[in-house]
Amino acid sequence: MVRICSLVLLLLTLPALAVIETYEFSDSALEKRYRALSEELRCPKCQNQNIADSNAPISQDLRRLLYEQLEQGASDDEIRQYMVDRYGEFVRYRPSFSGVTIFLWMAPMLLLTAGVAIAVMTLLGRKQATDTTEALSEEEQLKLKAILDKAESNQ
Amino acid sequence: MPARLKLFMPLILFIILAVFLVRGLSLDPKELPSALIDKPFPEFSLSALGSSEVLDKAAVSGEVALFNVWATWCISCRAEHPYLTELAKRGVAIYGINYKDEDAAALAWLDELGDPYLASIADHDGTLGLDLGVYGAPETYLVDANGLVRYRHVGVVNERVWSNVLQPIYEQLKNGKAN
Repeated sequence: MVRICSLVLLLLTLPALAVIETYEFSDSALEKRYRALSEELRCPKCQNQNIADSNAPISQDLRRLLYEQLEQGASDDEIRQYMVDRYGEFVRYRPSFSGVTIFLWMAPMLLLTAGVAIAVMTLLGRKQATDTTEALSEEEQLKLKAILDKAESNQ
Repeated sequence: MPARLKLFMPLILFIILAVFLVRGLSLDPKELPSALIDKPFPEFSLSALGSSEVLDKAAVSGEVALFNVWATWCISCRAEHPYLTELAKRGVAIYGINYKDEDAAALAWLDELGDPYLASIADHDGTLGLDLGVYGAPETYLVDANGLVRYRHVGVVNERVWSNVLQPIYEQLKNGKAN
């Protein structure tokens, strides 16, 4: 009975092994960089996943490659460049800053600035609007007086 | 008047957004241009399928040719195969890159369905595939006489793809060489 139970339990752990392979790193710093890079590199096949999350064969290959290159002492930039040379800028979830991507990088700043500008302008406009309504011109005051007088005499 | 204009702002913004969205409808997000376009075909040294002969870049360059990445585990490759055979009959140079496959299975496949390839490169570990930026089979690369990659088609090559996409570039490269 114990044997059957332990066999069942052992079999239950198989999916955990199947999902993603593990690599033994010679240095824990390498493992950290492996995590960071595999989350930053995009799976060319599945497109909306990074290679860390994807189970596509190409992602497995790229993870293995990443591991090998890290162990060989390649720098992060070298590895990124290696991937970009083969799969294009597409594989980077964090694109490089260049002429093509300048709008992508600047857009949040531009939108924020535009938002603040619109907010400031709206608030200033509102203040001006309330300023003008507070004070009636002389002519308007006379008009108002005439209306009020008329209403009074009608009572 | 500016107040009037302000009333139309949401409409204007909507139209701008709509233009982008409509454009997005006709774009194919799966279509990735190869990073190797107009760059040299990668160097390699791999055995020919089912033999001990070693093929390298020099052995497969010199003329305008298609490089077809295929494997026996790839279902679409089977659908593509008859058309490649037809193209080979018409005199188009096609090289095969047997991508991450078993030699025995690949040889049996070529035995059964016919062999359209001038030579078959056995890329067991996908190293050449990696250098080419292959992310799934079938893929077909159009390489010119100088060994530069000119076009990459992802997916099945059929009559429509050939005559609409590949053939015009192929003819152009062929004629360019003749001049």
